[in-house]
Amino acid sequence: MFGMFPELSLLDQFQRLQREIDNAFGVWATPANIRAVAHGAWPAINVGTTDKQVDVYLFAAGLDPKKLDISIQNNTLSISGERKIEMPEADNYYLQERFSGEFKRVLSLPTDVDPNKVDASYKNGVLHITVQRSEASKPKQIQVK
Amino acid sequence: MSETKEVTTKKSGEVQTKKQPEVFLRPLVDVYENETGLTLKADLPGVSNDKLNIHVDKDTLLIEGEVNISMPENLEASYADVRATHYRRSFTLSPELETEKIDASLKDGVLSLHIPKREQFKPRKIEVRTA
Repeated sequence: MFGMFPELSLLDQFQRLQREIDNAFGVWATPANIRAVAHGAWPAINVGTTDKQVDVYLFAAGLDPKKLDISIQNNTLSISGERKIEMPEADNYYLQERFSGEFKRVLSLPTDVDPNKVDASYKNGVLHITVQRSEASKPKQIQVK
Repeated sequence: MSETKEVTTKKSGEVQTKKQPEVFLRPLVDVYENETGLTLKADLPGVSNDKLNIHVDKDTLLIEGEVNISMPENLEASYADVRATHYRRSFTLSPELETEKIDASLKDGVLSLHIPKREQFKPRKIEVRTA
Protein backbone atom coordinates (compact mmCIF):
# COMPACT_ATOMS: atom_id res chain seq x y z
CA MET A 1 0.00 0.00 0.00
CA PHE A 2 2.83 2.38 0.81
CA GLY A 3 5.26 0.88 -1.63
CA MET A 4 5.11 3.95 -3.82
CA PHE A 5 6.67 6.16 -1.13
CA PRO A 6 9.57 4.24 0.34
CA GLU A 7 11.30 7.43 1.48
CA LEU A 8 8.52 8.38 3.86
CA SER A 9 8.66 7.46 7.49
CA LEU A 10 5.82 5.55 9.10
CA LEU A 11 4.30 8.63 10.70
CA ASP A 12 4.25 10.42 7.38
CA GLN A 13 2.55 7.33 6.01
CA PHE A 14 -0.10 7.54 8.73
CA GLN A 15 -0.73 11.09 7.72
CA ARG A 16 -0.92 10.15 4.05
CA LEU A 17 -3.24 7.24 4.83
CA GLN A 18 -5.55 9.53 6.73
CA ARG A 19 -5.55 12.12 4.00
CA GLU A 20 -6.28 9.51 1.34
CA ILE A 21 -9.18 8.10 3.36
CA ASP A 22 -10.56 11.56 4.08
CA ASN A 23 -10.28 12.58 0.45
CA ALA A 24 -11.81 9.44 -0.96
CA PHE A 25 -14.72 8.81 1.37
CA GLY A 26 -15.15 11.75 3.69
CA VAL A 27 -14.22 11.56 7.32
CA TRP A 28 -17.11 9.37 8.49
CA ALA A 29 -17.04 6.61 5.90
CA THR A 30 -14.44 4.34 7.47
CA PRO A 31 -15.86 1.91 10.00
CA ALA A 32 -14.48 2.62 13.44
CA ASN A 33 -13.36 -0.12 15.75
CA ILE A 34 -15.99 -0.95 18.37
CA ARG A 35 -13.41 -0.17 21.07
CA ALA A 36 -12.39 3.15 19.54
CA VAL A 37 -12.54 6.12 21.86
CA ALA A 38 -13.07 9.79 21.18
CA HIS A 39 -10.13 11.49 19.56
CA GLY A 40 -7.84 13.06 22.08
CA ALA A 41 -7.81 10.20 24.59
CA TRP A 42 -4.56 9.92 26.51
CA PRO A 43 -2.19 8.40 25.66
CA ALA A 44 -2.29 8.60 21.87
CA ILE A 45 -1.78 5.24 20.15
CA ASN A 46 -0.43 4.23 16.76
CA VAL A 47 -0.65 0.66 15.50
CA GLY A 48 1.25 -0.79 12.59
CA THR A 49 1.47 -4.32 11.23
CA THR A 50 3.94 -6.39 9.28
CA ASP A 51 3.68 -10.05 8.19
CA LYS A 52 5.52 -11.11 11.32
CA GLN A 53 4.28 -8.82 14.07
CA VAL A 54 1.99 -6.07 15.28
CA ASP A 55 3.62 -2.93 16.67
CA VAL A 56 1.75 -0.74 19.12
CA TYR A 57 3.14 2.68 20.09
CA LEU A 58 1.79 4.63 23.05
CA PHE A 59 2.82 8.27 23.14
CA ALA A 60 2.95 8.55 26.90
CA ALA A 61 5.65 10.88 28.19
CA GLY A 62 6.74 10.89 31.81
CA LEU A 63 5.52 7.44 32.84
CA ASP A 64 7.02 5.10 35.36
CA PRO A 65 7.25 1.88 33.32
CA LYS A 66 7.14 -0.19 36.53
CA LYS A 67 3.63 1.05 37.22
CA LEU A 68 2.27 -0.03 33.85
CA ASP A 69 -0.13 -2.92 33.57
CA ILE A 70 -0.08 -4.49 30.12
CA SER A 71 -2.21 -7.55 29.49
CA ILE A 72 -3.34 -9.47 26.48
CA GLN A 73 -6.27 -11.81 26.22
CA ASN A 74 -6.80 -13.50 22.90
CA ASN A 75 -6.41 -10.52 20.60
CA THR A 76 -7.41 -7.79 23.02
CA LEU A 77 -4.58 -5.74 24.41
CA SER A 78 -5.13 -3.56 27.47
CA ILE A 79 -2.69 -1.05 28.83
CA SER A 80 -3.38 0.75 32.07
CA GLY A 81 -1.35 2.88 34.38
CA GLU A 82 -1.16 6.18 36.10
CA ARG A 83 0.58 9.44 35.47
CA LYS A 84 0.31 11.65 38.46
CA ILE A 85 1.52 15.19 37.91
CA GLU A 86 2.45 16.88 41.14
CA MET A 87 1.95 20.60 40.74
CA PRO A 88 4.43 22.42 42.94
CA GLU A 89 3.59 25.45 45.04
CA ALA A 90 3.32 28.36 42.69
CA ASP A 91 1.82 31.82 42.71
CA ASN A 92 0.14 31.51 39.34
CA TYR A 93 -0.88 28.61 37.15
CA TYR A 94 -1.37 29.64 33.54
CA LEU A 95 -1.80 26.45 31.57
CA GLN A 96 -2.62 22.97 32.79
CA GLU A 97 -3.07 20.91 29.66
CA ARG A 98 -1.06 17.82 30.47
CA PHE A 99 -2.93 14.69 31.45
CA SER A 100 -2.80 13.68 35.08
CA GLY A 101 -4.43 10.61 36.59
CA GLU A 102 -5.21 7.01 35.75
CA PHE A 103 -5.65 5.79 32.23
CA LYS A 104 -6.63 2.62 30.42
CA ARG A 105 -6.64 1.93 26.74
CA VAL A 106 -7.92 -1.26 25.16
CA LEU A 107 -7.44 -2.22 21.55
CA SER A 108 -8.27 -5.11 19.27
CA LEU A 109 -5.33 -6.63 17.48
CA PRO A 110 -5.52 -8.86 14.41
CA THR A 111 -6.90 -12.29 15.36
CA ASP A 112 -3.71 -14.17 14.50
CA VAL A 113 -1.48 -12.70 17.22
CA ASP A 114 0.36 -14.98 19.62
CA PRO A 115 -0.39 -13.80 23.19
CA ASN A 116 2.71 -15.62 24.47
CA LYS A 117 5.09 -13.55 22.38
CA VAL A 118 4.75 -9.99 23.60
CA ASP A 119 7.58 -7.52 24.17
CA ALA A 120 7.38 -4.07 25.66
CA SER A 121 9.96 -1.31 25.96
CA TYR A 122 9.83 2.33 27.06
CA LYS A 123 12.06 4.96 25.49
CA ASN A 124 11.86 8.75 25.23
CA GLY A 125 8.30 8.67 26.49
CA VAL A 126 7.02 6.14 23.96
CA LEU A 127 5.88 2.69 25.04
CA HIS A 128 6.48 0.22 22.23
CA ILE A 129 4.69 -3.12 22.42
CA THR A 130 5.47 -5.83 19.89
CA VAL A 131 3.17 -8.81 19.50
CA GLN A 132 4.29 -11.63 17.22
CA ARG A 133 1.81 -13.12 14.79
CA SER A 134 1.43 -16.85 14.76
CA GLU A 135 3.43 -18.91 12.29
CA ALA A 136 0.39 -20.44 10.59
CA SER A 137 -1.04 -17.15 9.40
CA LYS A 138 2.08 -15.76 7.73
CA PRO A 139 1.63 -15.33 4.01
CA LYS A 140 2.95 -18.27 2.02
CA GLN A 141 4.03 -18.43 -1.55
CA ILE A 142 2.16 -21.12 -3.44
CA GLN A 143 3.96 -22.75 -6.29
CA VAL A 144 1.96 -23.66 -9.38
CA LYS A 145 2.97 -27.05 -10.64
CA MET B 1 18.22 9.74 33.17
CA SER B 2 17.66 13.43 32.76
CA GLU B 3 19.65 15.26 30.14
CA THR B 4 20.26 18.96 30.13
CA LYS B 5 19.52 20.81 26.97
CA GLU B 6 21.27 23.81 25.53
CA VAL B 7 19.07 26.66 24.49
CA THR B 8 20.12 28.34 21.30
CA THR B 9 19.56 32.02 20.87
CA LYS B 10 18.86 32.69 17.24
CA LYS B 11 20.28 35.81 15.67
CA SER B 12 17.51 37.72 13.99
CA GLY B 13 17.60 37.77 10.23
CA GLU B 14 18.90 34.23 10.03
CA VAL B 15 17.26 32.38 7.18
CA GLN B 16 15.77 29.00 7.89
CA THR B 17 16.64 26.82 4.91
CA LYS B 18 15.62 23.45 6.32
CA LYS B 19 12.60 21.88 4.67
CA GLN B 20 9.56 22.36 6.87
CA PRO B 21 6.93 19.66 7.34
CA GLU B 22 3.37 20.70 6.51
CA VAL B 23 1.67 19.55 9.69
CA PHE B 24 2.86 20.02 13.26
CA LEU B 25 1.78 18.41 16.48
CA ARG B 26 1.05 20.90 19.24
CA PRO B 27 2.62 19.66 22.44
CA LEU B 28 0.52 19.99 25.58
CA VAL B 29 2.07 22.10 28.31
CA ASP B 30 1.79 23.17 31.93
CA VAL B 31 2.98 26.67 32.78
CA TYR B 32 3.26 28.12 36.26
CA GLU B 33 5.05 30.95 37.95
CA ASN B 34 6.59 31.67 41.31
CA GLU B 35 8.85 34.43 42.62
CA THR B 36 11.98 33.07 40.98
CA GLY B 37 10.61 32.56 37.50
CA LEU B 38 8.38 30.64 35.14
CA THR B 39 8.32 26.88 34.72
CA LEU B 40 7.08 25.21 31.55
CA LYS B 41 6.59 21.46 31.18
CA ALA B 42 5.83 20.02 27.77
CA ASP B 43 4.93 16.48 26.69
CA LEU B 44 7.07 15.54 23.71
CA PRO B 45 6.84 11.73 23.55
CA GLY B 46 9.20 10.21 21.00
CA VAL B 47 11.62 13.13 20.97
CA SER B 48 15.23 12.39 21.89
CA ASN B 49 17.64 15.05 23.12
CA ASP B 50 19.33 15.44 19.74
CA LYS B 51 16.00 15.98 17.96
CA LEU B 52 14.87 18.76 20.27
CA ASN B 53 15.39 22.43 19.45
CA ILE B 54 14.63 25.32 21.74
CA HIS B 55 15.10 28.75 20.24
CA VAL B 56 14.79 32.16 21.79
CA ASP B 57 14.50 34.97 19.27
CA LYS B 58 14.01 38.32 20.97
CA ASP B 59 10.81 37.76 22.94
CA THR B 60 9.71 34.52 21.28
CA LEU B 61 10.36 31.09 22.70
CA LEU B 62 10.06 28.33 20.12
CA ILE B 63 9.99 24.64 21.01
CA GLU B 64 10.48 22.17 18.17
CA GLY B 65 11.03 18.44 18.25
CA GLU B 66 11.02 15.52 15.89
CA VAL B 67 9.57 12.12 16.71
CA ASN B 68 12.30 9.54 16.46
CA ILE B 69 11.10 5.98 17.11
CA SER B 70 12.40 2.66 15.89
CA MET B 71 10.11 0.88 13.48
CA PRO B 72 10.46 -2.42 11.63
CA GLU B 73 10.69 -2.39 7.87
CA ASN B 74 7.53 -2.71 5.80
CA LEU B 75 5.34 -1.59 8.66
CA GLU B 76 1.87 -0.65 7.48
CA ALA B 77 -0.20 1.80 9.45
CA SER B 78 -3.47 0.33 10.66
CA TYR B 79 -4.53 2.85 13.30
CA ALA B 80 -3.12 6.24 14.22
CA ASP B 81 -3.87 8.94 16.75
CA VAL B 82 -0.55 10.63 16.01
CA ARG B 83 -0.35 11.63 12.37
CA ALA B 84 2.63 13.92 12.19
CA THR B 85 6.29 13.68 13.07
CA HIS B 86 7.11 17.18 14.26
CA TYR B 87 6.14 19.06 17.38
CA ARG B 88 6.06 22.82 17.39
CA ARG B 89 4.79 25.47 19.75
CA SER B 90 5.87 29.00 20.49
CA PHE B 91 5.32 31.44 23.33
CA THR B 92 5.83 35.15 23.75
CA LEU B 93 8.05 36.08 26.65
CA SER B 94 7.95 39.28 28.65
CA PRO B 95 10.91 41.61 29.32
CA GLU B 96 11.35 40.71 32.99
CA LEU B 97 12.35 37.17 32.04
CA GLU B 98 16.02 36.39 31.79
CA THR B 99 16.07 34.53 28.47
CA GLU B 100 19.84 34.03 28.55
CA LYS B 101 19.49 31.85 31.62
CA ILE B 102 16.80 29.42 30.54
CA ASP B 103 17.43 25.98 31.95
CA ALA B 104 16.08 23.03 29.96
CA SER B 105 16.06 19.30 30.56
CA LEU B 106 14.37 16.36 28.86
CA LYS B 107 13.40 13.13 30.58
CA ASP B 108 11.15 10.37 29.24
CA GLY B 109 9.71 12.74 26.67
CA VAL B 110 8.90 15.49 29.17
CA LEU B 111 10.63 18.82 28.61
CA SER B 112 11.15 21.01 31.67
CA LEU B 113 12.05 24.64 31.13
CA HIS B 114 12.81 27.13 33.85
CA ILE B 115 12.93 30.77 32.85
CA PRO B 116 14.26 32.93 35.69
CA LYS B 117 13.15 36.48 36.38
CA ARG B 118 15.65 39.30 36.35
CA GLU B 119 16.82 40.23 39.82
CA GLN B 120 15.25 43.70 39.80
CA PHE B 121 11.85 42.23 38.96
CA LYS B 122 11.72 39.74 41.79
CA PRO B 123 9.22 40.76 44.43
CA ARG B 124 10.75 42.32 47.49
CA LYS B 125 9.25 42.79 50.85
CA ILE B 126 9.50 46.34 52.10
CA GLU B 127 10.33 46.56 55.74
CA VAL B 128 8.53 49.29 57.59
CA ARG B 129 10.67 50.95 60.17
CA THR B 130 9.10 51.77 63.44
CA ALA B 131 9.67 55.29 64.57
